[in-house]
Amino acid sequence: MPNTKLRRLVATSIAVTLGGTALAACGSSDDKSSSESGPASLTYWSWAPGMDKVADLWNKGPGKQQKITVTVKKQASGDTLVTKILTAHKAKKAPDLVQAEYQALPTLVSNDALADIADESKDAKSKFADGVWQQTTLGSDSVYAIPQDIGPMMFYYRQDLFKKYGLTVPTTWEQFAETARALKKKAPDKDLTTFSANDSGLFAGLAQQAGAKWWTASGDKWKVGIDDAATQKVADFWGGLVKEGAIDNQPMYTPSWNKALNTGKQIAWVSAVWAPGTLTTAAPDTKGKWAMAPLPQWDGSTDVTGSWGGSSTAVTTDSKHKAAAAKFATWLNTDPQAVAALAKEGGIYPAATTAQTSDAFSQPPAFFSNQADFYPKAAEIAKTTAPSAWGPNVNVAYTTFNDAFGAAAKDKSDFGAALKKMQDATVADLKKQGFGVAQ
Amino acid sequence: MSSLAVRKAAPAAGTTPGTAQGPPLRRRIAFVPTLTLLLGALYCLLPVAWVLIAATKSGRELFSTFTFLPGSGFTQNVKDLNAYRDGIYWKWMGNSALYAGLGALLSTAVSALSGYALAIYRFRGRETVFGVLMAGVLMPPVILAIPQYLLLAKADLTDSYASVLLPLVLSPYGVYLARIYSSAAVPGDVVEAGRMDGASEWRIFTRIALPMMVPGLVTVFLFQFVAVWNNFLLPYIMLSDDEKFPITLGLFTLLEQGSNTPALYTLVITGALLAIVPLIALFLVIQRFWSLDLLSGAVKS
Repeated sequence: MPNTKLRRLVATSIAVTLGGTALAACGSSDDKSSSESGPASLTYWSWAPGMDKVADLWNKGPGKQQKITVTVKKQASGDTLVTKILTAHKAKKAPDLVQAEYQALPTLVSNDALADIADESKDAKSKFADGVWQQTTLGSDSVYAIPQDIGPMMFYYRQDLFKKYGLTVPTTWEQFAETARALKKKAPDKDLTTFSANDSGLFAGLAQQAGAKWWTASGDKWKVGIDDAATQKVADFWGGLVKEGAIDNQPMYTPSWNKALNTGKQIAWVSAVWAPGTLTTAAPDTKGKWAMAPLPQWDGSTDVTGSWGGSSTAVTTDSKHKAAAAKFATWLNTDPQAVAALAKEGGIYPAATTAQTSDAFSQPPAFFSNQADFYPKAAEIAKTTAPSAWGPNVNVAYTTFNDAFGAAAKDKSDFGAALKKMQDATVADLKKQGFGVAQ
Repeated sequence: MSSLAVRKAAPAAGTTPGTAQGPPLRRRIAFVPTLTLLLGALYCLLPVAWVLIAATKSGRELFSTFTFLPGSGFTQNVKDLNAYRDGIYWKWMGNSALYAGLGALLSTAVSALSGYALAIYRFRGRETVFGVLMAGVLMPPVILAIPQYLLLAKADLTDSYASVLLPLVLSPYGVYLARIYSSAAVPGDVVEAGRMDGASEWRIFTRIALPMMVPGLVTVFLFQFVAVWNNFLLPYIMLSDDEKFPITLGLFTLLEQGSNTPALYTLVITGALLAIVPLIALFLVIQRFWSLDLLSGAVKS
């Protein structure tokens, strides 16, 4: 087992010199139909609501002509789905297509579960921002997935309450801290926001914005940089705010958090482009009172944001019709009609750049009806997304984050120590799995 | 500390066991266990009360009104649940009923047969078989789910109703209970008497032993039914088609819809409430079988 993973990793990281074809050959050598598609019947594991309706568009349109039928089997999202895919892959029974979050791709690739679709997806590359596309190649010439949706991070705030307390929208993190302190002075029972130790994805996005590279492959080894200077800066910043009591330390996505947002006890939220959907259910009484702004910056002269969430469509190595599956994945995420349907049925924010400014996004989300330029602004922000660097054991890093930062946030203790714990656990797990780790 | 002090003080005060001190002493002793039981009951019932009340709240009220203040959205919640993807909730409910009902029935039948055999017949290796079964009782079913998946994948049975039903048929705990119960409830003399009268072993089992074992088997059935109804991991690993999902999995997909779609809390809560109704009904209906053991018996001892 460790050997296969190691080999796969080596293959991935040196694919730049070898070229993608070698991988494609080893990934799909056992089936002769890979070069030609159809007639094929494909299964697709996805969690996006209404994906079956989007697949119907394909089955009635382009799919019918090419004799490729796609059946959607709705799944629950999250790490559990990755485990389920890997279990199915062990029995060689993974579905043809899977929806996978970007940070899960290295895990799936290192287990040899995803097929290289570089040849089939040549035309798709230009439809996506480089930083987004790079996540599906893992820095090699291979392509393991087609980007579907992205979650560029933004700053959400209560417009009315900012006015009431005389606060200005922070453009740097320094100003953000000042704003938090100013609010505490004016209304001690209110908080600007909270640092949630439940949401590793948020912290990863904030670190990504600061320029952190948590995993990098060099040669045949992984380098883990979770406690690098950039991440330490982010951890110290939030840890400091929690410690001095400038912001709350309660986790997000709990009934009391919902209440805090709904009643205006918390007046801002560092989130991503999908926040309107969450706010609609979490804080229904605050409709029309929020506004969105770019994320505060570390350095006043740059414009960069992180991402929180987002997923892609991948073809598995178990598929008997890889070319057909890749064709569907490309159509699903680049065809204007398909992407519009995805946005309408599944509420996703598309990764394809032209789709972000299409008709489907000409109106702001209903919850933000007061901010007419919500989506044009979002598209601008999405362009500034920093590249991300995911490794094969994101789940381990995330679990340790929840434990270590959860305890640190609760005790208002040092976040640096928690970060060290996260780094050590991630390195130890990589070694245990049989990967080479560079120090 | 305080309860210790009370205990020590009580005998000292009552050097003569007078009636005057008797009643207050007894009341004081009963106070602690009663309180403990009440606390236990509260602990168990509070979440149920929460689900009951939360199910009446509309999405708007769910997180914004006082926790135990009933809301106004119950009928709307049920309507929404009904409408969600053309009523797939009821399909899940039906699947759960099938897995739990048929699964529990099959597993009770297997448990009855093997428990009876282990209790009545003496054969070589009997204790070994029983020992292996005991080890099975100690083994949490969770860790077997993935090996079972890999096995069934070899037989091409995954993602089918059979893939969830088959691993349930043999329940070590059920066999264990059935053995204990039949060795206690089916006297060897009765089996012997049946043989003397020329009944076949099968006839002795079905006509004589089985009726005596009914209360025990009802327990096995209920245990299995509840276990399967609440089962999550096995169907999660086995099934990929959400038309075959049991209710536990279905509700899970409503919660985990990806980061850009909020969880459908009101639907999940209403769905969870409706999902415990069949369990309560089953307990109420089957309860009366438990009292049977007082009437069934053939040997005077």
